[in-house]
Amino acid sequence: MTLVEEPAATQAPEKEIGKARRRKEDARLITGKTTWTDNMVLPGMLHLAVVRSPVAHGKITSVDVTAAQQAPGVIAVFTGRDFAEEQGSLPSAWAVTPDMVNPGHPSIAVDEVNHVGEAVAVIAARTKVAAQDAVELVDVDYDLLPVVLDMEEAVKDQANLCHDHVDSNTCYHFVFDAGEVGTGADTDQAFADADVVVSRRFVQQRLAPAFMEPRSVVVQPQGDNFTLWSSTQIPHILRVMLAMVTGVPEHKLRVIAPDVGGGFGGKLQVIPEEVISLLVARRLGKPVKWTETRSESLMTAHHGRDQIQFVDVAADREGNVKGLRVRLLADMGAYLRLITAGIPALGAFMYPGIYKFPAYRLEIDGVFTNKVPTDAYRGAGRPEATFAVERIMDELAVELGMDPLELRRKNWIQAAEFPFTSVAGLSYDSGDYEMATQQALELIGYDELREEQRRRRESNDPVQLGIGFSTFTEMCGLAPSRVLGSLSFGAGGWEQASIRMLPTGKVEVVTGSTPHGQGHETVWSQLVADSLGVPFDDVEVLHGDTAISSRGLDTYGSRSLVVGGSAVVKAAEKVVAKARTIAAHLLEASEDDLDFSGGTFSVRGTPGTGIGIQEIALGVWAAHNYPEGIEPSIDAEAAFDPENFSFPHGTHICAMEVDTETGLVKIRKYACVDDVGTIVNPLIVEGQVHGGLAQGISQALYEEAVYDADGNLTTGTFVDYLLPSAADLPHFDTGNTVHAAPGNPIGAKGVGEAGCIASTPAVVNAALDAVRHLGVSDILMPLTPERVWRAIHQGGDGGDRATAGTNAYGGASTETTSGVATDASSLGGDR
Amino acid sequence: MIPAAFAYARPTTIDEALQAVASGGEDVKIMAGGQSLIPVMRLRLAAPETVVDLIKVAELRGVREEEDAIVIGAMTTHSDVLSDPLIARYAPLIAEATETVADRQVRHRGTFGGALAHADPAGDLPAVALALDAEFVIAGLAGRRTVPAAEFFVDYLTTALEEGELLVEIRVPKLHGTWGMHYEKFNRVAQAWSIVAVAALVRREGARIAEVRVGLTNMGPTPLRAAGVEAALVDVEATPEAVAAAAAHAAEGTTPSSDLNAQADYREHLAIVLTRRAVTVAAGL
Repeated sequence: MTLVEEPAATQAPEKEIGKARRRKEDARLITGKTTWTDNMVLPGMLHLAVVRSPVAHGKITSVDVTAAQQAPGVIAVFTGRDFAEEQGSLPSAWAVTPDMVNPGHPSIAVDEVNHVGEAVAVIAARTKVAAQDAVELVDVDYDLLPVVLDMEEAVKDQANLCHDHVDSNTCYHFVFDAGEVGTGADTDQAFADADVVVSRRFVQQRLAPAFMEPRSVVVQPQGDNFTLWSSTQIPHILRVMLAMVTGVPEHKLRVIAPDVGGGFGGKLQVIPEEVISLLVARRLGKPVKWTETRSESLMTAHHGRDQIQFVDVAADREGNVKGLRVRLLADMGAYLRLITAGIPALGAFMYPGIYKFPAYRLEIDGVFTNKVPTDAYRGAGRPEATFAVERIMDELAVELGMDPLELRRKNWIQAAEFPFTSVAGLSYDSGDYEMATQQALELIGYDELREEQRRRRESNDPVQLGIGFSTFTEMCGLAPSRVLGSLSFGAGGWEQASIRMLPTGKVEVVTGSTPHGQGHETVWSQLVADSLGVPFDDVEVLHGDTAISSRGLDTYGSRSLVVGGSAVVKAAEKVVAKARTIAAHLLEASEDDLDFSGGTFSVRGTPGTGIGIQEIALGVWAAHNYPEGIEPSIDAEAAFDPENFSFPHGTHICAMEVDTETGLVKIRKYACVDDVGTIVNPLIVEGQVHGGLAQGISQALYEEAVYDADGNLTTGTFVDYLLPSAADLPHFDTGNTVHAAPGNPIGAKGVGEAGCIASTPAVVNAALDAVRHLGVSDILMPLTPERVWRAIHQGGDGGDRATAGTNAYGGASTETTSGVATDASSLGGDR
Repeated sequence: MIPAAFAYARPTTIDEALQAVASGGEDVKIMAGGQSLIPVMRLRLAAPETVVDLIKVAELRGVREEEDAIVIGAMTTHSDVLSDPLIARYAPLIAEATETVADRQVRHRGTFGGALAHADPAGDLPAVALALDAEFVIAGLAGRRTVPAAEFFVDYLTTALEEGELLVEIRVPKLHGTWGMHYEKFNRVAQAWSIVAVAALVRREGARIAEVRVGLTNMGPTPLRAAGVEAALVDVEATPEAVAAAAAHAAEGTTPSSDLNAQADYREHLAIVLTRRAVTVAAGL
């Protein structure tokens, strides 16, 4: 036997961490060979259709369901009155301030409707068609009330009220003052002493999460037990909340999120229809299903963003920043849903970004309006914060006559300063902003672009070129439970995992971090393959069913790998520790003398001995020979609670062409270098960055949920709620620096939101850089060609858009709004 | 997203189709490719009593050549149009505009005649047909009649088709002389409808522009010809300046709508810029 023929079995298998594995779940997800909630068919199942309010604000004076009840196939019709005693209020889990006003959120309106699309009745019928047909037979009368839509109007004295049983439209007033809490200097003084102050008003428009799979709920009652399937991001949280809302005891309720087709925060919710479905199933004793249409989704699923930001920055003439002051008006919509109130607060600590502001003060007013509630949407508070600081840094650079990158460099945290405590009191974990920036500049070919920009300006080319930066960081890996507690959040941020070693040596990993398309099954398999030294294909990942994965806190806030993956690694360590005891017994050696490598325990210094962990799994199952005093199992579980957030960072650079004749903007090049810590699967990281970029760019250029003066949503279909496709997006040059996160055993920081958080200001900064010499200093998002053209040729920020939907397609604004428009409305079409 | 109940007929000949329409009751919708009708039915903006589906009427599909025209069957799909050699030879403008319609899936089902009969002001093909001086052959139980494009488009989603009638084919006259053509479409994302678009045909005689035809998409409830532009470009020297000066007339007589993509004044501006660009390309400048 020659050396080269040493048996391969003794060599450690190739490391899985770092390998660009294709996702093992994709074949079934992409081909649809899986069970989406709407695929569920149960014997005797009834179909639900929801009657929705066509008015934004009104008292319900009567609901006549007689005709609907008599329609063919209809089993029952319920109104809010029918469920008034048992529906409770949808939960608001984040009391941002002790005196926060929660008007209460019935799942079906009882006396009053507060936004277009609010549920007023539900039909249960033998077929979906019968249910839908009966919707038109329900006759609801409303006394119209004044509609509250504009936040700046809503907070004025004597404003019309969104809810007449509360005193004002202000939900809460939240203040963070670094001077007062001792993490920074006095802000007023900093501004008083500053050479330069720049103030801007930025608008974060309303967005619809626009997940691919519409929401769907199935409920099966069995005796006093209920099983609820939902296309949700949060089966575990949903179970707790539904138990609290409906009084179905938690142990009598099983919640299952089967494969879920995207969420982006839009399914981080306890939705009215989940409660309604459960109540109808309980009342009728029959299984029921509700699945939304796309228009229902755009109209009634929670929206994201919607803030007006007043941002002041103070600096000296040399460009050293001295203070940051932010005042937010944050649109709650008509009600508080799960973390509606907390979304702006989640961004509250990130406005200083990567810069060493000595002073910082933030105030938030949460404001009620007659629109669908806002809540989590990819980034949730942090994109808004990043936009504000990255935009104001450009404005400050202009004011000072400095290069925008030089100004950033002068003020950002140096690599040697990590860990760095920010003025908001956060401990930034690791990174190197200069390194990421240098790489990004090389990726995009910065010098050539600047030269081209100069040429185009000099020749007065109709197409101008601009370059925009976003040097961002964010806090994610949600979250340290104690910190959440200190912020009055209603839950913790730990995550749970268990590992089951099957007799054949295969491995089941049970995770509490329920995926909705991120690739958990692949990545958890990679983690376990490395930790246990078993083949990747021998690992199966189970999730999303509270009867299988009993503890968990699900997927949002770029937490899955950072927190959930860490729990998996911790559980694997316990498996190895338990297996070591048995291996020592079988090998008749001391545990201390065992090496564990490549899935095999061997006695140090005794080549040729060894036993594989998969063999031990069989042995301990048979349990014929194991040490006295221990349990016959090497299965293990672990919970992981991070001690700090993690702080991905990166430099994003956008090069933008602006056609000054038409206002059309077109991204010429986009490069970004992100530091998301240790990368387990580079392919998934790149995919997350691409998807995030698409959404962040889309906020800058395309998307907006538009309401007309009557509170009708005029972007009720994808004709008017504009989403880009691959054809509309540029090639992305992506790269990474790697500074491991010190706060978790993997070293990962989280990548789910980074691209979305970082890209929006880079895109807007780029467009402004292209036309700033033409006198443009701001353009409202989305940067429609019309707005860009107006800003160039008429001054200002591009102004308000007309609110009417397009006339294309017969003017297909929304399904339910036909026939109720007043003179003020902008419904399209020929109705 | 479930249409109201409707009766469904699927004739196989034009005569059968006319009979089905006649006997379909009060509110009959004729379905060609269904790419506009099905969505509005799913949204319950339309709830016809009967849908007469033309998919099996083979005689309505295909392109043929007559002496002075090419004749496009109303049920010829967009993807058929894109690969048709007669269209490529005599009316490449149709293919150029069709290529910008929606996406590949829609183009495989959507039809040339269906798009014209639907007469969506944001649709691309009506302005093209108008610029090409196409003729619309309409069949009814009483026989056939031919309507010029200028009279076919009557109002928003309204054409010269009377109740009980069927658009059977579109005759596109062959052009004589040296013509250049271009369709300039302006939208925000690739699959969207036109915010404004311009179809331009230019006949060159040496260094001169002999005549132009300009069709405007979405500058009013119907497609329009930019008469002022056309009048300004009769037998003029082919220069960028002449084209730009003529294009300044593009918005005259238009009544564009205001919606969240564009307010009316911006649409008028776009018409001018896009007309200049379209004519410039079509003129080979």
